[in-house]
Amino acid sequence: MTSYLIKGAKPLGGGPADVLITDGRIAAIGDSLSATGAEVIEAGGLIALPGLVDLHTHLREPGREDAETVETGSRAAALGGFTAVHAMANTDPVADTAGVVEQVWRLGGQAGLVDVVPVGAVTVGLAGERLAELGAMADSAARVRVFSDDGHCVSDPALMRRALEYVKAFDGVVAQHAEEPRLTAGAQMHEGDRSARLGLTGWPAAAEEAIIARDVLLAGHVGARLHVCHVSTAGSVELLRWAKSRGVQVTAEVTPHHLLLTDACAESYDPVFKVNPPLRTDEDVAALRRGLADGTIDAVATDHAPHAVEDKESEWAQARPGMLGLEQALAVVVETMVETGLLDWQGVADRMSMRPAAIGRLAGHGRPLAPGEPANLLLLDPAARVTVDPAALASRSRNSPYAGRELPGRVVATFLRGTPTVLDGKAVR
Amino acid sequence: MKRHLLESADLDRADATLVLDTAAQIDQALAGREVKKLPTLRGRTVVNLFYEDSTRTRISFELAAKRLSADVINFSAKGSSVSKGESLKDTALTLEAMGSDAIVVRHGASGAPHRLANWVRGSVVNAGDGTHEHPTQALLDAYTIRRRLGRLAGVRVAIVGDVLHSRVARSNVWLLHTLGAEVTVVAPPTLLPVGVGTWPVEVSYDLDAVLPKADVVMMLRVQGERMNASYFPSAREYSRRYGLDGRRMAALGDEAIVMHPGPMNRGMEIAAEVADSVRSTIVEQVGNGVSVRMAVLYLLLGGRSE
Repeated sequence: MTSYLIKGAKPLGGGPADVLITDGRIAAIGDSLSATGAEVIEAGGLIALPGLVDLHTHLREPGREDAETVETGSRAAALGGFTAVHAMANTDPVADTAGVVEQVWRLGGQAGLVDVVPVGAVTVGLAGERLAELGAMADSAARVRVFSDDGHCVSDPALMRRALEYVKAFDGVVAQHAEEPRLTAGAQMHEGDRSARLGLTGWPAAAEEAIIARDVLLAGHVGARLHVCHVSTAGSVELLRWAKSRGVQVTAEVTPHHLLLTDACAESYDPVFKVNPPLRTDEDVAALRRGLADGTIDAVATDHAPHAVEDKESEWAQARPGMLGLEQALAVVVETMVETGLLDWQGVADRMSMRPAAIGRLAGHGRPLAPGEPANLLLLDPAARVTVDPAALASRSRNSPYAGRELPGRVVATFLRGTPTVLDGKAVR
Repeated sequence: MKRHLLESADLDRADATLVLDTAAQIDQALAGREVKKLPTLRGRTVVNLFYEDSTRTRISFELAAKRLSADVINFSAKGSSVSKGESLKDTALTLEAMGSDAIVVRHGASGAPHRLANWVRGSVVNAGDGTHEHPTQALLDAYTIRRRLGRLAGVRVAIVGDVLHSRVARSNVWLLHTLGAEVTVVAPPTLLPVGVGTWPVEVSYDLDAVLPKADVVMMLRVQGERMNASYFPSAREYSRRYGLDGRRMAALGDEAIVMHPGPMNRGMEIAAEVADSVRSTIVEQVGNGVSVRMAVLYLLLGGRSE
């Protein structure tokens, strides 16, 4: 196995140091390291971070390989600096059996660009009626620990309670898509001033907050872990803060797009900006950034949602919700959290690597940059500014909401257990 | 004028007034003539692209284009390539390849005309999109008010009914505000959008309190099905609280007029004795619609690329 000597990178944005990688692990970190036979990577000015971990990725395989495959999504993830991604369960067939989660897990291993960690469906067929075989998925080769009906809310409170309780047996967590369906029938965008004017059916903040309020009470009652997907409103942040102060075992994620974009994007009626939960207001964006900064929100998760051209090049109401996120996630966090002074690089590592790895119970990820640890890391050029060109993305789809936008930072290299998946800003394969 | 007419929210006062003045000139030019036809758009092609059934609007646009001597194609989504799954974009590019100069589009999805305008070089006229806007309806309503009352500035207009789902209401709110009228929207709170507080209107839940001060009462169609989604308890209760009947009409000032964009639910939002009264402009609105749509097509197409 090739050894790598990274020269002069700044681990977590600190003072420059050399990082020696051998046999898939960090062998040493220090000044003026040398190693015979090691491939040298000049990394002056680059920041070294632990490999990012995404709790929320749609890889579309099996079922919609025209939009994304495990391989193309893995490549996009590596280019974004990720070393592990959680593949959501809403595939076709749904990942609600040991067979499907093992298939996805195996495809991830074959692609070999990131660790693909399958998420299991909570209910059979995401139908919200009866529990899927959660234990079988947990015991499978894929070792599922995160369960989610994402795209659908587990809206039946009794079923949600049982799911929260049941997964305690194998230290699992239910990741809830918080959306009270009776309040969002036909919803197209955030309900507020702009939806009133645009004539698009509103998705009220209360539909998210009502479910979060209910679920933190349930999780507290049964002493189970709850994770809240893609938190999008200021009210949700307040509820999470309250629940955490009461000792509820709740964690939460926010997407890059909810940290940057608002419902003003809907004024174009361009469905590239249609997403669920919808883009919210400036006040919500500010509250989400503060919540991520103070740790009320634990993690950034992309909700990377590739869609074929025909599913987006349409009327707003007909278009499918979702947007790409893997390749620009770190750049958006740099713009919204680092350049604003809300998070330092240690904080970025915590919210994009350590905490998501801990929530997903991934042993080999989200580790400190220290000798003996698995060499899952990335090198970021913080001075670069890149204008996003959807045609140049590794994802099979093109539905990036950042098209034409200049964003800070560029991932120069990514290492997965000591093997580069990205070098010179390009995927190695 | 801009190239498209997508929403009355982006019409400024000069443009809106130009449409109304042009409609008035057209009315004058055609008044008393046996042959009601102008040669202005000879050789131009106007496509009526209707994804929703709307016989009255389609006929009005068709008549307007024909009276300007344009060639008119009626493309109904039902029973066409669209019912076989063709996308809006493909349909638009097909129509453009056939040489259409303007597409008049009615669509159930809010924003569909905006999407269309990105894909074609010709003009796009919004003939009603979802619950967003119906700008030519607002223009013909403004034209009707101006003809009846002689002015728009300072006129007090009450828009009554299902504002939440009404593209007519949205278009009228923005256009009437631009033209200096004072608008009050009147509805049960369930039929007003969250966010109505940011509109340049007064909001009232009490029709009886508003009527004595109104110069114009514009009644919106209310679909009975709304009560199944609990927007109101029953058609009768809606009618009692927000319907315009003879008793309420008596509270109006002497000059006040009653409007309705049609089609009416007689007995629901408007009583027959009101619809058929001298205050009613409902039939007049239909006639004015043709003139206003002629003005719009003329201004969008007439001045260019001869």
